[in-house]
Order: sequence, then C-alpha cells, then structure tokens
Amino acid sequence: MHLWLIPIFPLAGFVINGLFGRRMPKALVSLFGVGSVALSLGYVCYALSQLWPLTTPFTGHYYTWLQSGFLQVGFDLTVDRLTAVMLLIITGVGLLIHIYSIGYMGHESGYDRFFTFFNLFVFFMLILVLASNLLLLFVGWEGVGLCSYLLVGFYYHDNYSSYSANKAMIVNRIGDFGFLLGIFLVLITFHTLDFSKMAAELSTMPVETGAGILTMICLLLLAGSTGKSAQIPLYVWLPDAMAGPTPVSALIHAATMVTAGVYMIARLSFLYNHTPVAMEVVAIIGVITAAFSATIGLAQHDIKKVYAYSTISQLGYMFLGVGIGAYSAGVFHLMTHAFFKALLFLGAGSVIHALAGEQDLRRMGGLRKKMPITFVTLLCASLAISGVPYFSAYFSKDAILSAAYSHSLWMFWVGAVTAGVTSFYVFRAFFLAFFGTYRGHEHAHESSWVMTAPLIVLAVLSVGGGYIPVMSWLSLGFGPAAHENTIAMDISVACGILGIVIAWLFYIVRPSLAPAFTRAIGPVYTLVFNKYYVDELNHNAIVRPLKAISDVVLWRGVDEALIDGVGVNGMGRLIRSWGGLLRWFQSGSVRNYGTWVLIGSLLAIFVFGLVGGVR
Amino acid sequence: MSVLAATCLIPFVGFLIILCLPRKSNAAFYTAFGASLVAFFVSLALIPPALANGALFTSVTNQIWLDNPALPIRFHMGVDGISLWLILLTTFLLPIAVWAARSMIKERLRTFLAFLLLFEFGVLCVFSALDLFMFYVFWEIALVPMYLMVGTFGGPKRGPTALKFFVYTMLGSVLMLASILYLHSVTGTFDYVEMMQGFTSGRLMLTGTQQTLLFLGFFAAFAIKTPIFPLHTWLPDTYTQAPMPATMLLAAVMSKMGVYGLLRFSITLFPNAAQDAAHWVAILAIIGILYAALLAFIQPNIKRLIAYSSLSHLSFIVLGIFTLTQQGADGAVFLMIAHGVSIAALFLLTGYMEQRRGSLEIADFGGLASPAPGLASAYMITLYASIGLPTLCNFIGEFLILQGAAIVNFAWAGWATGGVILSAVYMLWMYQRTFWRPKTEQVAKLPDLRLRDWVPVVPLILLMLWLGNYTQSFMPPISSATSRELQQNKASQEYRVQLKHPRTVHVAEVLRAH
Repeated sequence: MHLWLIPIFPLAGFVINGLFGRRMPKALVSLFGVGSVALSLGYVCYALSQLWPLTTPFTGHYYTWLQSGFLQVGFDLTVDRLTAVMLLIITGVGLLIHIYSIGYMGHESGYDRFFTFFNLFVFFMLILVLASNLLLLFVGWEGVGLCSYLLVGFYYHDNYSSYSANKAMIVNRIGDFGFLLGIFLVLITFHTLDFSKMAAELSTMPVETGAGILTMICLLLLAGSTGKSAQIPLYVWLPDAMAGPTPVSALIHAATMVTAGVYMIARLSFLYNHTPVAMEVVAIIGVITAAFSATIGLAQHDIKKVYAYSTISQLGYMFLGVGIGAYSAGVFHLMTHAFFKALLFLGAGSVIHALAGEQDLRRMGGLRKKMPITFVTLLCASLAISGVPYFSAYFSKDAILSAAYSHSLWMFWVGAVTAGVTSFYVFRAFFLAFFGTYRGHEHAHESSWVMTAPLIVLAVLSVGGGYIPVMSWLSLGFGPAAHENTIAMDISVACGILGIVIAWLFYIVRPSLAPAFTRAIGPVYTLVFNKYYVDELNHNAIVRPLKAISDVVLWRGVDEALIDGVGVNGMGRLIRSWGGLLRWFQSGSVRNYGTWVLIGSLLAIFVFGLVGGVR
Repeated sequence: MSVLAATCLIPFVGFLIILCLPRKSNAAFYTAFGASLVAFFVSLALIPPALANGALFTSVTNQIWLDNPALPIRFHMGVDGISLWLILLTTFLLPIAVWAARSMIKERLRTFLAFLLLFEFGVLCVFSALDLFMFYVFWEIALVPMYLMVGTFGGPKRGPTALKFFVYTMLGSVLMLASILYLHSVTGTFDYVEMMQGFTSGRLMLTGTQQTLLFLGFFAAFAIKTPIFPLHTWLPDTYTQAPMPATMLLAAVMSKMGVYGLLRFSITLFPNAAQDAAHWVAILAIIGILYAALLAFIQPNIKRLIAYSSLSHLSFIVLGIFTLTQQGADGAVFLMIAHGVSIAALFLLTGYMEQRRGSLEIADFGGLASPAPGLASAYMITLYASIGLPTLCNFIGEFLILQGAAIVNFAWAGWATGGVILSAVYMLWMYQRTFWRPKTEQVAKLPDLRLRDWVPVVPLILLMLWLGNYTQSFMPPISSATSRELQQNKASQEYRVQLKHPRTVHVAEVLRAH
C-alpha cells in the first residue's frame, strides 16, 4: 500500500498549475486542479478498501527526514481509523468544493493561482492527518496555514484582504509558539515524536513523575490548537479570513483546516487522557467560545461573517466534545459540520455569485423563487446545523451534549442555550436572504450546474450524514461512546426549534420586531455588533505599545543613543581624547622631549627609591 | 595539490588575471564568473571524502609556511563536516554574486569583481585553515576587500560606514591576534590539530585563568564579526550602505566566519571557559534574537529591515552553539548554511527591487505583485524560508537550535521561540506593504524578472527546498563533526578536575611543611 500516493496527486497538481498555469487554458487548469483531488479520493477509497477493517494502524516508512542526537524524524505516514475519517472528509468534501470552484472562480483573474494554492492546501492537509509523528504533523499544520494565508490574500491588491491574510498568519504563529514549545517538551520527556512510540513510553511512565509535565505539554499544544481552530483567545483571525474567495471559506475555514486543532487533540487523546486538568481547560475553552461567538453571530450583516462566527461556535462544540473525553462524538461532529458548514458557505457563495459580489444581508431578500436549488439546499444545511431531529447535527451535536450532561451540568446548559442561539442566527440569515422582498439592485439568477451539483450532494450528506456510523467505527481507538441521554437531547432539540421559531417570528411574521428589539437593548446591541471591541483592544493593548517600544525605546533609545552613541562613538571619543593627550608628548620638539626625559628619570628614581631600589 | 588547496587558489588566480585585464572589457566578468564557477565545481569533489567521515579532516595540505623555529607557522588546511558545507556555501554563492554584480554595479565593475574574488579566496582559506596564525592572516585578508567594496561602491554614507566597520572588526581581531600569540607562547605551536592532540592527551594544559583570558580574546573577534548583541551597531549601517552583491556576501558568508570561529576554536580550545561562559553568551544571543526582531519590526527601509532580521537569525546560531548540545550544534551549523542561502536570496531579490524602483523605502512601494508576479512569488518563497516555514531550509536549523536550548533550559527555548513569531510579523508586514495592497502609479509600470534575473534565483530556491525536505543529505557529516567538537569540549571537564586535584594536594603539603 503506497500511502505517499494519496498526497502526491494534489502536490503534482500544485507543481503543474504553479509552473505552467499562467500559460494554460482554463480547462486544462481545472483538469489538473480538480483531477488531482479526484485521483487522491479514488486512491483513498482503494487504499481503505484494501486495508479494511483497519483494526491495526498501517504505517508506511519512506525516508529519514532529520536525525540529530536522539532526535529522529522520519517521513512516515500512518492510516488508522481516525485518519481514515479525516481522509474521506478532506478528499471528498475537497473534491466537491474544487468542482464548485470551477463555476465560482470562472470569471476571476488568477484562476490558475487559485487552483495552485487550493491543491497545495489539500496536499498539506493530507500530510497533517497522515503524519505519524508530531513534527510531520507540524509540517502539515504550517503548510495549511501558509495556504490559508495565500488564499485569504487572494485579492492581494485589496487593502482589507491583504490585512486579513497577515492577521490570519500572525495570530496562527502565536498559537504555533505554544505548539513548538509543546513539541520540545514532548521530545525532552519521551525522546521521540512518533505517536506510537510516545504512547508506548507513556504506558511505562510512572504517574507521579509525569503528571505535571504532561499537563504542561497538553496545555502548550492546546495553545496551538486555539490558533488553528479559532478558539478563545486566538479566534480573532477567522472572521477576517472571510475576505478570501467563498470556496476558500468553505474548504479551509469551515470544513477542514480549522478542525485541525480538534484532530490533533483527538490524535493525542492518549496524552490528554492522562491530564484531567488540561482536558478540563479544553472543554471550558470550547464551551465559552461556542457561546461567546454565537452571540456575535446574532448581530452580523455580512452573510459570510454570520457563518464564520457560527464556525467558531461549532468548533467550540467539538472542543467541548474532545475536552470531556467524548472524542468520537467530537470527530463525528467534525464530520457532519464539514458537510453542513461547507454547504452553508457554498450556498452563500451561490447567492453572492448571483448578486455580483453582494454579501450584505440587508441587500438580499426574496431569493427563494429566483434560486430554488440554492434555497432548498441551504434550508437543509440550516436545519442540520440547528439540530432538528434526524438531520446530521442532531446526532453529532447531541452526542456531545449528552456527554456534557453527564460530565458537568453547566457546560451542558451553556451548550444547549447556544444551540438555540445558533438556530436563531442561522435562520435569521436564511430568512433575510430568501424571504421577504428583494432589497438589492442586481438581477439574481440560479447558478450553473457545476455549482449546484456539489450543493445537492452536500445537502444529501447534511441530511443523512448522521447515519454514518462514525462513532462505532472510532470506538476502536477511543472506547465506546457514552449512552445517549434522552433528557439532554430533548432539551437541546427544544432549544434549537425555539430558536427557529423566534427567528421566524422576528423576520417573517413581524419584521418590525427585530429593529424594535435592537433599539430596546441599545448599548448591548452596540457591544455585540462591534464584536465586543476585541480587535480594538488587541490593537491598542498589544500592537501599538509594541511598535512604540520598538521605535522609541529600542531603536532611537538603546540602539542609536545608548549603544552606538554612548558606547561605540563614546569609545571613539575616548580614544581620540587619549590620542590628543599622547600627541602632546610627541610634539617633535627636542626641547620638549628633553623635558619629558628629565621628568621621567626623576619619577623613576623616586619610584625605585620608594620600593627600595633595584636589587 | 589537494582539492581544497585548489578550491582556495582558483579565485586568487582569477583575481590576478582580472588585475591584468584592460579596464573596460567584458572579459573581467567572464573571468570572474568562470573562476568562481570552476571553484564551485572543484569544491564538489570535497563532498565524498567528508561524507565518508565528517569527523576527520580530509583533503589536508600541511606544509611549513614560514621556516622559523621561533614562530613555526604552517600552511595547514583541511575540511571536516563543519567547514565542508561552509566552503560549499561560499563557492556556491560566489558565481551568484558575480552574476548579480554584473547588473547591479554600474561603474568600475572590473575592480568590484576583483574584490569579490579576493574576498572568496580569503573566506575559503579562513574556513579551511587549521593553523591559527594562518587563520588570522586570512581573517584579515577577507576583511580588506569587503571594506573596499563597502567604501568605494556603497551608498551615500559609505565613507564613515566603511570606516566604522573596519575599525570595529579590526579592534576585535587585534585582540584575537594577541590571544593567538599568547596561546603560542604557552603551547609552542600555532597548529590547531597539534594543540587539540596535546589537550586531549593531557600533554598540554591551560589553567582556568588562561582559558578565560584567551576565550575572551577570541570571543571579541568572533562576537564583533557575527555580531552578537551589543556589539552589533556596525551591522545595520554596513549592510544598508554596501552594494547589494557585497551585502549578500556580508550576510551570507562573512557573518559565518564569526560563528564558525566560535564553534571551531572557542569551545574546543578553551572548553572550561566556554562552559562557564555558555550561560551568558546564550542570554546575549536570546536578547539579540528578540531585540533585532523588534527593531526590524519598525524599520522603514527594506534593506535595513532584512539586516536586522539577519542579526536575529545569527543570534539563533550563537544560541545553538552555546547550548553545547548535539541538537543545538547541529542546528547551528545547519542554520549557517540555510541562513546563508535564504539571506542571499532575500538580498538578491531586494536588489532587483532596488534596481527597478530606485529606492528601498517601504513607503515607495505598494502593489508590486501586480506588475511583477514572478518577483512576488520568488520573494514569497524566500521570505517563508527565512521565517522558518517547515519544508524550507531555515526551519530545520531553528527547530534543532530551539530544541537544544530546551534541553538545557526550557525558559531559553520559550524566549527564543518568541523570535520565531516576531520574524513572521515583521516580514509579512513588510511584504504586505510592498507587494500587496493597491498598486501605486510609480510601481504600476515596473518590469517583472527577466530570464537573466531568474538565473541566480532558481538554484537558490531549489537549494532551499532540498535543504528543507531532504535534510539527511547534509546532516550526517555535520553531526559527526559537531559530536567530535562537543566530545572535546565535554572531555575537558575531567581534566579540570585533575587540574584542581594536584593543586589542592600541593597547598596541603605546603601547609603541613609549615
């Protein structure tokens, strides 16, 4: 079984389109761009059918990448059941979004550049999930970050896009700080980075010696996860990342890359299971992020921003899941989320495409008749994310909430209420876009089949995805899932449906209610609308002081005035003044020399006399 | 003649030929390019024996240079796993610098090329010298052409800048010369290999005080050359004022002379002093990493920004050496190469920008990616190599260094990793303001890279990918050489104990006698 073939196809697509794309016709670019992912999906299916039922992980050792001292890192790829799920999501959903992009990006300049970066992204994402050691995982981790940066900055000539791309990369780098330190600590503790060897070392490690350092490792790696998966406090980049083209938002910033943090924690579950403290922190970050970002989603006018905050919120659920030990539920929700959130974004993209780039909900409305396929598919996605019974998220989200119910009641209640808030804002966007009267100026039309076909496939998955037995498939690695708790499920379903009903009241039945309500809660609304002023806070508390310190204190103060001015040039002045003194001695006048000789001799006699003469 | 001697001599022959050529002719370029290219291909022959065993000195030439019984100076050169890649880096970058000089140096190209070759000759001999006196001589020989390149071909403030650069580095090397002479008076030889044999066999011994003084003397030269904070203030001005091909070599090659000296001489000749100093030097290096990164953050000029970024990366190398761990030292040597490749490419591409726009103020750019997508792509790859993206070269070096630091003191790794974040901040911010954003009128018409501009860029980029992805083609000889150096450093701990032991006995005897 040649696992390296899985990522090699998108890499080949990247190389071909990157080198020759500019001179190739669009059809050829699409062929290489989409075909490479299709081949990769094909090979994943073939490989999995060969490896079925995958009760033991399969590893391919390819070459030694790096060896120094006790550190040895190989380019080794492993497939186990968790990786299998991720591979199918990445190549499957990835292929659909690639096909969709043919239509969506068709009229854009930089078509070849788009597919070049998109293929590179798939390559790095596959490396990330196939990696059998932490450093190779980090390669994928950084690689997907790079592609995210390049694609958010796709419209690089735009101020906001280029700013957002930088922000995404830099905030992620802050997370990587923790990730790297975590890797170093793993190396010091285990002397290896291979997951299997780490697990073996861990099983022989005495509990007392390991507890503190394991908690430290897990918390540092968690810092990396909060960056990549947009959790508090490093979530700030994701909403701005929506500046990229919509397929990018769907694939990278909803379905795959942002779930990397969840994947990593699930991958390292053997470590996290040893540290209840770190697990609790994961769960708390998850549940708070879920609630916090859902409230921001309530007040956004940009349809993509609404979905972006929803993504952060749903990722919070996944963190909650893995944090309370319900790994299989977390990964299950990762999968269903990939379906319905990719669909939400692609549907939004279909609308934006039809309205010639309009993203503001206030200038949409009444699109139900004009875009029937988009309407129906987005309805499926909205129902799915709301957790309406028998749609996909009903199974996955409620598996998490059931587990939360038995873990900690407050987490469950926050999660359940958030589910209601989620269904409210998702349906708010849905109603604003598709119901009422059209408030824009463009002539809307349904998108072509290249775009609607992927929508339909994803709609089917969003509706029926809950019946894929991911939890029992993963029970091999993570242990059997907790029993479903009917009370918990009933409460969360009730919250979800209540949210839909309120949205229906606010935006369909009595449209005047919404503005009246926002006026009534004035200051609160302003606070939420401005995203709690977190960006402004970061700018004024971190970026500006750093700049000022670097400029005024370090550059002008320390570097130029102190070290160079006082130190180096001061030394120069000192030498010059000594030189001046010495010049006095070397006047060239014989009479002066005579004087010095005389003074010197007297001094010598005096000194020798003092110490008792020459013996 | 050994391969190594031939490699070193070819640029010198080229230098002599250029001096004889008429002033205005293309022959100077072809001679310089040919000589540097031949030197590169000849130097490739150094690889196989060094790969077989990186810990041994191969391709050795050992002859009496000055036949004076009082000062037995030998012409002793050889190459091991540490110097191998540095020599190859130099021979690899020289044709590129010559090629770049052709389009970037407008007047008196012949003189400039002559300086380049003389510089190469000096640097190659520095990296291969195994006799300390010879090392010193070539250390200075390499300085002179660089001083002249900065002083005659540099920017508007070239005069004072070149003077500062020269005096500053001379000050360090004079202290090193004094130390070398003192070392000779103690050991009776200038030969490094002989000295090391003496030390390891216990035949020669330096007391703690001697080691400390000698360590400081050598350290002055190496710390200024590298430079290490706070001896760095010559660097930003010199890098900025130097003509671009000279800046490339300053950052990529000349800065490596300092760190090479630290690794080759400081930690093996004066092991105990090095161990005592390691803590302080590492802290200076960490300050240097963060300090330079913060200063790069607010530079308004691209070249100056990259100069500070280079300082930050060089501090990583110093940190790696003074962790005195296998990973740290391996990472340091690897980063010497990786940084050499990436910084050369960065300055080369920046030179193309200067050629096109006539300025390197960030404010004068904006939207360059629209008219020059090729330049933008090449710059992006190089930039990511420089800020340590895995799969490109610098990452490996920085990762190993930080890992070595984490083994010694986890807090060091914590602070130094901060430099990794900051490097992304200042580089990406610079890139955004120059290549991205709406294009300005002055930038809109600038031409993209032409074929002859691509010629030196492509090998650099390929090498970055090779270094980053197939590291094991480079690492084994480095590891064997650094592990030998570290063993020599560690072994000394034992003889320090021996050294103290007889002394205490002696004092006890004296007391009893009274």
